Amino acid sequence: MKNILTKTSAGKKGDNVRSDCYFEIELTNSGGIKLDIKSKVASMYGDSIKNQLNEMCKFFGLKNANILIEDNGALPFVIAARFELAVKKLFPDLNKEFLLPINKNNLTGTTKERLRRSRLYLPGNESKFFMNAGLHKPDGIILDLEDSVAYSEKEAAQLLVRNALRSVDFYGAERMVRINQLPRGLDDLKFIVPHNVHVILIPKCESAQQVIDVENEVNRLKEENSIENEIYLMPIIESALGIIKAYEIASASKNNCALTIGLEDYTADLGTQRTLEGKESFYARSMIVNAAKAAGIQAIDTVFSDVADMEGLKQSVIEAKSLGFEGKGCIHPRQVPVVHNGFAPTSEEIEKAKKIVLAFEEAEKKGIGVVSLGSKMIDAPVVKRAQKTIQLAILNNLMNESWKLK
Amino acid sequence: MKLIKNAAGRLVPTEINGQEQIPFQGVNKFKPSGNKAKPKINSCIDFPEDGNKVVKNLKESLKKCGLKDGMTISTHHHLRNGDALTNILFDTIHSMGIKNIRWFPSASFPIHEHLIKYLEDGTIHHIEGSMNGPLGRFTTEGKMKGIGVLRSHGGRYQAVQDGEVHINIAVIAAPTSDSFGNANGVNGKSASGLIGFALADSEYADKVIVVTDNLVPFPCVPWQIQGNNVDYVVQVESLGDASKIVSGTTEVTKSPDRLLIAEYVAQFIDEAGIMKNGFSFQAGSGGTNLAFVLYLKERMKAKNVKARFVRGGSTKYLVQLLEEGLTDYILDGQTFDLEGVRSMRENPNHVNTSPFTSYNFHGKGNFASIVDVAVLGATEVDVNFNANVVSHSDGYLLHGIGGWQNCLYSKCTILAVPSFRDRIPVIIDEVTTLCGPGELIDVIITERGIAINPKRKDLIQAMKNSSLPIKSIKQIRDEVYSICGGAPAKPKVNKNKVVAVVKWVDGTVMDSVFQITK
Repeated sequence: MKNILTKTSAGKKGDNVRSDCYFEIELTNSGGIKLDIKSKVASMYGDSIKNQLNEMCKFFGLKNANILIEDNGALPFVIAARFELAVKKLFPDLNKEFLLPINKNNLTGTTKERLRRSRLYLPGNESKFFMNAGLHKPDGIILDLEDSVAYSEKEAAQLLVRNALRSVDFYGAERMVRINQLPRGLDDLKFIVPHNVHVILIPKCESAQQVIDVENEVNRLKEENSIENEIYLMPIIESALGIIKAYEIASASKNNCALTIGLEDYTADLGTQRTLEGKESFYARSMIVNAAKAAGIQAIDTVFSDVADMEGLKQSVIEAKSLGFEGKGCIHPRQVPVVHNGFAPTSEEIEKAKKIVLAFEEAEKKGIGVVSLGSKMIDAPVVKRAQKTIQLAILNNLMNESWKLK
Repeated sequence: MKLIKNAAGRLVPTEINGQEQIPFQGVNKFKPSGNKAKPKINSCIDFPEDGNKVVKNLKESLKKCGLKDGMTISTHHHLRNGDALTNILFDTIHSMGIKNIRWFPSASFPIHEHLIKYLEDGTIHHIEGSMNGPLGRFTTEGKMKGIGVLRSHGGRYQAVQDGEVHINIAVIAAPTSDSFGNANGVNGKSASGLIGFALADSEYADKVIVVTDNLVPFPCVPWQIQGNNVDYVVQVESLGDASKIVSGTTEVTKSPDRLLIAEYVAQFIDEAGIMKNGFSFQAGSGGTNLAFVLYLKERMKAKNVKARFVRGGSTKYLVQLLEEGLTDYILDGQTFDLEGVRSMRENPNHVNTSPFTSYNFHGKGNFASIVDVAVLGATEVDVNFNANVVSHSDGYLLHGIGGWQNCLYSKCTILAVPSFRDRIPVIIDEVTTLCGPGELIDVIITERGIAINPKRKDLIQAMKNSSLPIKSIKQIRDEVYSICGGAPAKPKVNKNKVVAVVKWVDGTVMDSVFQITK
């Protein structure tokens, strides 16, 4: 192992730091590993921290060093990420990853069509938000490596997000990661593809080639690591050029599951302000919906950024639904139920859907090819939409799964 | 020191600070007999005919009260963290060269860190009340001369009535008073809402001093404290920092996880059938406790349900319930914000209460057991539903008991707690310090799931079809341990040195706090 530095640090410290820790490692020539553990949970988990660090030193072949940890209640997966970063700063060529066992609840897969009404963004280097995010029941959780992570924290976030994908229970939410803008984002992939990521969000997407580049790298990593689960892509369009090329992007890969838009960057690109009314982005949002539907994938709306304005969020979801969007981004867990309610079908929609589904099943039973309800003919897409409405209604507790029995 | 195992299986001393103790015998198993403590006979002819009991300063009043070494001095905590008076009081006692005082506050706050030097130099022998923040740390490290005694608000009243604590001098901070000693907390620049915690002290202490920064001509009404119980009145420039006595506004938590817990609490109360016309509930001041009131209010409005009374800690959120007609009364034990103070001053249905009315063990009945549901917090809850509120898992004393133990007597006691804080599990195998026995605790609501005490078959039945995440408490513990990296180690303590004890509401000793060894 070759080191260029003899002393380094990693992690977070300070009065406002919670659920995180800070390391200093100084390489020495003799004396073995000396640990100085300053932890607010020392009386409860001091021994556990000691064992974890000794195990990691052994794993990385660290034999003589003075190690200081200042810990503000970091969970083991956080300690592991911070310590690994400190070691890798000393030994940049080190080609070993310290992987914690994967949480068995995280071995689920996903499907291209699954519901994506809400996706909750979590800053990739803020571990304190990770553990409980899934309890708020978003359809998807996005660990973000891009805009919410400061430039100087990019490497730290890669390791933390990798460890989180293995250790943090997502409680059934779809497991998403937003990588950095290409080409940097291609380097993020090796930290996420082998760890059962479900969807990769590609930010500031402006061409089909970018989607293909990500797809190729994902496929290469899947093969290298013998990964078999499906990994889907969700390009985010955030510029005028991206909007113009929306369909090309949406149809660039069979692994695209949805197309979405980031309005902060888009309005900046237009040289205009983002308003609550949203006239300035009407064209772009309609384009996203049309491009996505034309490519047979989901259209997902941007985030609503005022976390205190729940009424505004509600209106914004109703509007998004009317434009044809099927989901919305969330930046705060309390937005999740509002978004779900907004995308829930109305009682009129549910009643109509019930009639259509029943008429369809009746016709099928009788072997009649043509289904009609009253005087209207019902074709396949109408039935499919009605089935989707029923599924949404059940998910929102608006009707019982066994509704047909009544 | 001799320790024996009490009915809860905890090791407790048989003697504390020279006083013999009765170990906890089980819930509702111990009833003292005999007569209550009785105050001395006074005669009005010994007091000024014109009713003017004002003396020139605190020192003078203490001298007139015959302050001596080893006396018991009581204060109350309505001034909360804005309290300047208690610190000035002990500055004065110290300047008079007095030693070995037993300080008997109804609660202490971080501002009382000032008193550590008097604990060190022997001015104060020990504290019987609560040992919060820095005082808790000092006590737990074994630095206090005597053994601390932690009591609930009701237990404090009981200890005075039993004669277990005989108060020599009560010093009552009064936001408004007249020269006769009639006093209240609803008026004046230091208004705290009410001063009910000083009631027992005013009735049972040998000598009573009222200290005010708002002296008004006789009569001071309402007289929450009666001048007939008061010996001396002292006027001071200021009782403390008004902004820390009551906050301008109390705000609901913004933490999404706490809000989720609060939402679960409201849903539980609704779906368990507790929320119905004429029901009652207790709400405290913590962020989660404020938030559940808002969620419950939405549900009450939607179902057109009205409460008969709400028990506070009042805040603007309870005041809104009262003013919007969603409850007939607020029965208030302490007032947390300016809206609460205003409402108590203006609205006869916002009623001030004392620990005597609220939860006195020697009363002929118990308000606390009439309440339909109490929502409380805790620092730790174990798999037997036992809970801790005074220490954290590191073994350090941190909080007082407040009315918490007394409220456990409600028809349904809910502890609303996060399942862990940072890397500190809250749901654990065994509490570090036992404050409340599991048999009185019905429901634990965490962000990870809701555990109903198996004893409450009725609640389990009522929630059978609920969409809430009902789990066993062991399931929640397992989940928390797997997140935090296993079971936490227990704090290393010196089992030969008890630094404080926790009393149960009946005066028996429930648990010991041991000295932390580093």
